[in-house]
Amino acid sequence: MSLPRPVIPTVLAVLMLGCWEWAVRSGRVDELFFPAPSHVVEWCWDGLLNGELLSATWVTVRRLALGFLIGVVLGFPLGALCARVRWINDTLGIIALGLQTLPSVCWVPLALLWFGPEESAVVFVVVMGTLWAVLVAVRESVLNVEPLYLRAAQTMGSGGVHLWTQVVLPAALPGVISGMKQGWAFAWRSLMAAEIFVVILSGFGLGSLLHAGRELLRMEQVMGVMGVIMLVGFLADLAFFSPVERWLRRSRGLER
Amino acid sequence: MDSPGSQPAALTLRNVTKRFNGASGPLTALEDISIDVREGEFLVLVGPSGCGKSTLLSLLAGLELPDEGEIRLADSPVRGPGRDRLVMFQQDALFPWLNVLENVTFGLRLKPGLTDDERRESARHYLQLVGLGNKELARPHELSGGMRQRVALARSLAPNPRVLLMDEPFSALDALTRDQLYGDIQEIFTKRRKTIVLVTHNIREAVCLGDRVVLLSPHPGRVREVFEIDLPRPRRINDPALAALAARVTESLASHLTKGALE
Ligand SMILES: Nc1ncnc2c1ncn2[C@@H]1O[C@H](COP(=O)(O)OP(=O)(O)O)[C@@H](O)[C@H]1O
Ligand SMILES: [Mg+2]
Repeated sequence: MSLPRPVIPTVLAVLMLGCWEWAVRSGRVDELFFPAPSHVVEWCWDGLLNGELLSATWVTVRRLALGFLIGVVLGFPLGALCARVRWINDTLGIIALGLQTLPSVCWVPLALLWFGPEESAVVFVVVMGTLWAVLVAVRESVLNVEPLYLRAAQTMGSGGVHLWTQVVLPAALPGVISGMKQGWAFAWRSLMAAEIFVVILSGFGLGSLLHAGRELLRMEQVMGVMGVIMLVGFLADLAFFSPVERWLRRSRGLER
Repeated sequence: MDSPGSQPAALTLRNVTKRFNGASGPLTALEDISIDVREGEFLVLVGPSGCGKSTLLSLLAGLELPDEGEIRLADSPVRGPGRDRLVMFQQDALFPWLNVLENVTFGLRLKPGLTDDERRESARHYLQLVGLGNKELARPHELSGGMRQRVALARSLAPNPRVLLMDEPFSALDALTRDQLYGDIQEIFTKRRKTIVLVTHNIREAVCLGDRVVLLSPHPGRVREVFEIDLPRPRRINDPALAALAARVTESLASHLTKGALE
């Protein structure tokens, strides 16, 4: 007889949390270094009730969404241009390849200088995380479109805008989506680093909350915020990237 | 060679030469090719691989341009790809992001002067013609290789092109499916009287389908011989008369190849 699949993970999780809770309460582990799970949950609950956690999450998610959107909107046409125009690829394409390897948190000092300690500085860091990854992914996927599709479409009378919207983009879509996913991951990490790294006067995000937890030596706050940060990343994947990727795989027969 | 027939030529190649700058230096893929394809003719180009068959077809399609000589479609020179000459490739080239019906409608949507309903009707008609009327909503990956090639055939036929160009469309299929498609193609050809240029390295297939078979030999690609095939249609691939003719073509090809090797 086999157990339903969720049974084992649930039992293990409960066991692990139980041990952890017990280790802290019995004094075997210092509460200051490693707060009990009940404390972390308690802090999260309080944070929810007094609005602190939700408002911080909102500030962070808004920065992320805005920066990501700007990065995608800019990266898309620029990547297509790089794929299409030689001299743009030889200039912008090379720059993009270089900047893509630079963790975008490295932009923080310059961003602060250019924009001041404002929203725009953080959003800029997020844009830098997204833009180059999307640009490079769009360029690569457009250049790798199966030439046979292009030839077939051209003999059927397709060309110009029609060829781009009806053939090149749909054919490049899987690569573009994985590029967006990569851009999102870069942006998310950089945003957290930036928020922990500098105090932005215009808004108190999750990173700032985590940093505050550290200064107050409240590790249950640090852990709680870590949990929320994971949750946001997980939800973004669950709500957008996973369904899109699954749909692509299924509709094009890439599954299994 | 010029056609002695009275029909006007649909496609004309005059002293066409095509060179490539390959990795191992310049290469003459086709040299001094002159062929007239008559209106409503089924012309088959046959030859060993590397003799420039695909290149010749790309030139006819306008996907490549000749280095010397001229290609004309009726009275106008071929300067690029166009809806009047559709190509069916060796791989089906169906778009994986569209379903079967949308694939067949793709070319029709680029044809002006039709309503969407007319386009859909026409696409359905051709899908039925190739025996896939019940697969409209399937995705290409859900079909077998033979079915996919049939969809590709419907897709090339639907916009009703003046000329249909086919590059080894059956070579990736198993023998049974292939025989079936030979039947389909002949039926469609007799019903619709299209001008068809088909490329193959399978001599039996060439003799089975063609009104004329043009034999090419490689290095550089040249026209060696032209065979008129007078067998009545529908032809069966296992017909003894057809087999005898195919044997003659094969012999001729072998002699040209050995001559080429000795030169
Ligand atoms: N784009 C290309 N660049 C360089 N050489 C090519 C190219 N296309 C074809 N060739 C060469 O031209 C010759 C004819 O090729 P092809 O037309 O594909 O032959 P076939 O279809 O008869 O097998 C071959 O030697 C091939 O290597
Ligand atoms: Mg070929």
